Amino acid sequence: MKSIKHSYSFTSTAAYFFIAPALIAILIFFFIPVIAAFVISFTDFDIYALGSLDTVRFVGLKNYLRLFEDPLFWLSLKNTSYYVLLATPLTIAVSLSAALLLNSKLIKYKSIFRLSYFMPYITTLVAVAIVWRFIYHPKFGILNYFLGLVGINPIDWLGDPNWAMPAIVIMSVWKSFGYNMIIFIAGLQNIPEDLYEAASLEGAGEWQKFKSITLPLLAPTTLFISIITIVGYFQLFAEPYIMTQGGPLNSTLSIVQFMYQEGFRWWNMGYSASIAFVLFFIILIITMIQFKVQKITAK
Amino acid sequence: MKAGKLISFIIFIVFLGLFYACSRNSDKETTVTFWAMGSEAEYVTKLVPEFEKRNPGIKVKVQAVPWNAAQEKLITAFASDNTPDACQLGNTWVPQFSSLNAIISLDHFIAESQVIKKENYFPGIWDTNVIDSSVYGIPWYVDTRLMFYRTDIFEKAGYKNPPKSWDELHDLCKKIKALYPGEEKYAIYLPTNEWVPFIIFGLQNGSSLLKDKNTRGDFSSREYKEAFDFLIKFHKEKLAPIGISQVTNVYQALKDEYFALYISGPWNINEFKKWMTGSLADKWSTAPMPSKSGDNYPGVSLAGGSSLVIFKNSERKKEVWKFIEYLSEKETQIEFYKLLYNLPAVKEAWEDSSIANNIYMKAFYEQFHHVVATPKIPEWEQIAFSKVQQYAELAARDAMSIDEALQKLDKDVDLILEKRRWLIESQK
Repeated sequence: MKSIKHSYSFTSTAAYFFIAPALIAILIFFFIPVIAAFVISFTDFDIYALGSLDTVRFVGLKNYLRLFEDPLFWLSLKNTSYYVLLATPLTIAVSLSAALLLNSKLIKYKSIFRLSYFMPYITTLVAVAIVWRFIYHPKFGILNYFLGLVGINPIDWLGDPNWAMPAIVIMSVWKSFGYNMIIFIAGLQNIPEDLYEAASLEGAGEWQKFKSITLPLLAPTTLFISIITIVGYFQLFAEPYIMTQGGPLNSTLSIVQFMYQEGFRWWNMGYSASIAFVLFFIILIITMIQFKVQKITAK
Repeated sequence: MKAGKLISFIIFIVFLGLFYACSRNSDKETTVTFWAMGSEAEYVTKLVPEFEKRNPGIKVKVQAVPWNAAQEKLITAFASDNTPDACQLGNTWVPQFSSLNAIISLDHFIAESQVIKKENYFPGIWDTNVIDSSVYGIPWYVDTRLMFYRTDIFEKAGYKNPPKSWDELHDLCKKIKALYPGEEKYAIYLPTNEWVPFIIFGLQNGSSLLKDKNTRGDFSSREYKEAFDFLIKFHKEKLAPIGISQVTNVYQALKDEYFALYISGPWNINEFKKWMTGSLADKWSTAPMPSKSGDNYPGVSLAGGSSLVIFKNSERKKEVWKFIEYLSEKETQIEFYKLLYNLPAVKEAWEDSSIANNIYMKAFYEQFHHVVATPKIPEWEQIAFSKVQQYAELAARDAMSIDEALQKLDKDVDLILEKRRWLIESQK
């Protein structure tokens, strides 16, 4: 009895010993910084504080209160939500269509298509953004050239406050649909073929098969994709950072970019940390809602 | 076996220690580290061998830092005690790093120096490095903003000489616009993502920009409002393009007569030379800024450029000061100009034929006698880049009236300067 107990506690110590390196790394590089950032968000830590810590003041909830009064915060929140609401359904629709096409038996050279659709996802974002800036150029851009061929007047994609965000949405969808497409293809291949055969025998058309078999059976995949897409899109940063720097008229300023500006451009670390935590809670709440929805639909 | 391993390990450590000690002993020379930005880093290395030849025992290690990450990198280096011995600093950053206590006052070095003297420099430029009557940086190269313009278009509009007053500037722009009826052409380029003109014209009109010891915005004052209104008028009267993305290439735009006048800095001289070729080669020039009434011409512009600073944590301050002195010698300054076309900070260097014979430089030389510093506080960059530009854009697009824009600008600036007010009141 005694020896069993002994060996049990020994194995558990050993286990702790083995996971210790990973735990310590997480503690040092994740939890401590997060806690430090949380503390900093209640101070006015700024460039003066970097010079001398005496100048740090504990300001309580002032950063958060100031944040809710800052028109730039609401604007960046509005811009980011607009972006997420526009880009998420589009990404899912495009990647699902691409997946359906590539899963079709009629298509040859599938791997070439799969590769080329996946290519934008693995290309460096900075390079992609620079190329898209050329595409969007109001005078010489190829997009306006094609629009001109069908009689549409040139659009100042990145210079017009109404078009800048849609322009960034189009680029992001193009950039990220390949990844979701691969997940959708995997989901599609998990659907048993005999279901379709049975439906065909019953006389179901292509659309009916898609609506009654493909979509319901893909629901878990779709939910997974929508969660990671929304969480990813809420952290929109590099696209507007490179293409528009948040302009024109701050119409593409995202929350993360706003946070970056306050923190690393103007060194208002305290204020910037409070933005980070508000963003964290927004993403947390959205994820929780999605999990709730998943549970309900699973029942 | 185990003991054997331990012994060999100890021997290894001892050897390592000896080796380290030896390498330290034989290495009697001091290595100073110098951070430079962008292409300056690349070209300053070409000046190093001569310095090392003259100063045996001092080696200079130049490290390149990209311009757009420079401030971030320097501040993180400071936060982690990894600052270099000396570095190049945009002169608007000098207040930031001195308030951080990261760089030292150079007064006692200057007092003993045979090379670096205040009177060798343009007064306005020197002043940007002075904080609370102490000098924190030595001007390395200088820049300012003035007018780049198309001489042929100015002539067509009836102006043989560049405008000398605000009224002339406005009149000229209207006449240029009238040369292209119905076409999408403009007279002047005043993009709202460049805050500099919005500050220069304010300073020309006598605005102090900030008030109460630089702790509050003073943008709603009559002086600033007049200047702001004057500039926004160019956008409202369609004399200047409003957006910023139509002009992805200012050189091409000047070549295509998309606009005829652009307020910019010396780094563009060679770019314009590259683009304005063939029959256009002699169709452009530079001119000093106009002044408000035309008296006291030329009007003031901004004192820009880079300074050389020494970091507080440096253990080789004397050695690195020697390097700064070397970079400030007339000959080195001329050499550096020839390498990179950065305008020399030392006035004497301008007498060299390579600069004196450059027709585009004359306007700059004249302008440098009329340059002033922006408010010397660490928050200035934030005020200029985020707030002045933001409200200039809103006013230019007519999304806000001028009065409303300037009041909101003051309110935002007061909020940014809250900490500064507290520091001054509590005497920290």
